[in-house]
Amino acid sequence: MDKEDYLELYRVMVRIRKFEQQATDSFEIGDIPGMVHLSMGQEATEAGACSVLKKTDYITSTHRGHGHMIAKGGKTDRMMAELCARRDGYCRGKGGSMHISSIEIGMLGADGMVGAGMPIATGAALASWIRGTDDVTVCFFGDGASNEGLFHECLNFAALKSLPVVFLCENNLYAISTSTKRSMKVQDVASRAAGYGIPGVIVDGNDVLAVREATSEAVARARRGEGPTLIEAKTYKHHGHFEGDPADYRPQEEVQLWLDKDPIPRYARYLVESGIAVEGEIAAIDGEIAAEIAKAVEFALASEPLDSRETCMDVYSDIVEEGR
Amino acid sequence: MAKRVSTSKALNNALDRAMAFDERVFCIGEDIGIMGGTFGVTAGLLDKYGEKRVIDTPISEAMFMGAAVGAAARGLVPVVEIMFSDFVTYCFDQVVNQAAKMRYMYGGNIEMPIVIRMPGGGSVQSAAQHSQSLEGLFGHIPGLKIVMPSSPSDARGLLLSSITDRNPVMFFETKSLYAKVEKLEEEYDPIPLGTASVKREGGDVTIVATGPCVLKAMNAASALAEEGIEAEVIDPRTLYPLDTKTIFGSVEKTGRLLIVTEECKRGAWSAELSAEVAEKQFVALKAPIARVGALNTPVPLAKQLEDYYLPQTENIVDGVKSILKESVIK
Repeated sequence: MDKEDYLELYRVMVRIRKFEQQATDSFEIGDIPGMVHLSMGQEATEAGACSVLKKTDYITSTHRGHGHMIAKGGKTDRMMAELCARRDGYCRGKGGSMHISSIEIGMLGADGMVGAGMPIATGAALASWIRGTDDVTVCFFGDGASNEGLFHECLNFAALKSLPVVFLCENNLYAISTSTKRSMKVQDVASRAAGYGIPGVIVDGNDVLAVREATSEAVARARRGEGPTLIEAKTYKHHGHFEGDPADYRPQEEVQLWLDKDPIPRYARYLVESGIAVEGEIAAIDGEIAAEIAKAVEFALASEPLDSRETCMDVYSDIVEEGR
Repeated sequence: MAKRVSTSKALNNALDRAMAFDERVFCIGEDIGIMGGTFGVTAGLLDKYGEKRVIDTPISEAMFMGAAVGAAARGLVPVVEIMFSDFVTYCFDQVVNQAAKMRYMYGGNIEMPIVIRMPGGGSVQSAAQHSQSLEGLFGHIPGLKIVMPSSPSDARGLLLSSITDRNPVMFFETKSLYAKVEKLEEEYDPIPLGTASVKREGGDVTIVATGPCVLKAMNAASALAEEGIEAEVIDPRTLYPLDTKTIFGSVEKTGRLLIVTEECKRGAWSAELSAEVAEKQFVALKAPIARVGALNTPVPLAKQLEDYYLPQTENIVDGVKSILKESVIK
């Protein structure tokens, strides 16, 4: 890693954080409709994992997908336009926060159904296997999805066929109000890897370099044709399940403990203390991203809203449905 | 030279032709490789195309349906076999929330060319979990196309079109039709989705029948002809998109409509068609629209019960006669 690589990790984390802070504000004043699930606090996992991927690699995401998309190379202006349901969004305003995607950057989609991205990632990896290409798919999912039946079906099949996929569980300790203590007998999702004959790795999900290293190994293994790895990144989200959820089911001391482990100031300290960057450079990145996000909002709000008649389009490739 | 070909073999031929023509096409499902499929539809394809294009899976329907979505998103063309159409309920989310909606949610920026092949229907004494006709369930979902052939020639032509279609297609095969044989030429063209087939012309009543009911409707029409009643029998072949032009044209001519499907009648596709004709062609109708379907019960096991449960030729004959009797305009 050279200095720029280190700084880029910081830049991506800050981009996710500021994008989501803006999303909170834009949601509150009504510029963003519907439901918004934020991943603030989990940036190290998103940035660290995607930092080792090539443009030709793929990811699948969850309902909490802004960070994954930004880390995979999503542009914040088109993303903000999508969240605001505008024409210049990645999905032409028809997906929004929960269905944001971009095939051209290898982001196969956020998904409103818990665990549903797992077979889709398996299928993306199956496509590499069929074609004999060396691209890899990283499947992001949560602790909640690890209790879905699809988790078992997908890990079994991907392991069986040695598919080039990395299953990356962002264990943020809660599936809405249900803590992993109340949803799993075992403590670690990663321990389930043994049942599929694949490596299971636990990593500090708030340490961007640790996530990068673990993912790098798993991706290299997948690229070599040696099959999947299950990585469990232990992390925590700062906000509740959705914007508007007070999340008072989480003990305040626990929340504070994780706020103290916030991955962004932690990494900034590391950069300065290890002499990789000086504080001025960190502040410059913060400023640069703040300006980018301000422009993204301008771009989004300047983008044309959809015409009601577009409701009937894009259902099929060759049929426009009847309107009113 | 024409040869006698079963529906299974005709489908097999269409798969073979599609796979030879387009290397993006692959088959995935349970026991489709070494075994050649529970009904022999994929026989021989593993040897010809190899294990990367004819993929035997563990029993995990939701996984491989979702994998088809992922592979389609990356430009491949999966043909999924669900061993019995009843098992598609394992993959409801992947069909209904993923495959069907992805193009829409992604603003048209993705193609979802998936064919989901499913043996369905009764009359083989397979009881409640291996005999259902679930086409109406999926006909309700925007984003899906629904295909249901009733003969070997239609089966192969429609399967070819389904594979080249850029949308998810629910392809309902009928177990009782697999062994049905027809004399076919080796050369054939794809049959465009959304084109009905008029199986028999007649001016007194229109019978729209799907899948296994087409044969029964034809038998009923012959019996009715002996009594001087001329029925027009239409097989829509694709339930969505529906060839309303052909059906509406026929109803315009006859003024009477009987719909025959093997689904249990409650909430069936036949109800949708009935409503559509009632809404759009009320003035053309001389009598109330009637439907013949299965009973609103699970599919029973015992032969005498299943025969009673399923729509039979005599039910169709009776249905037509009662429409004629109820006609307000003669």
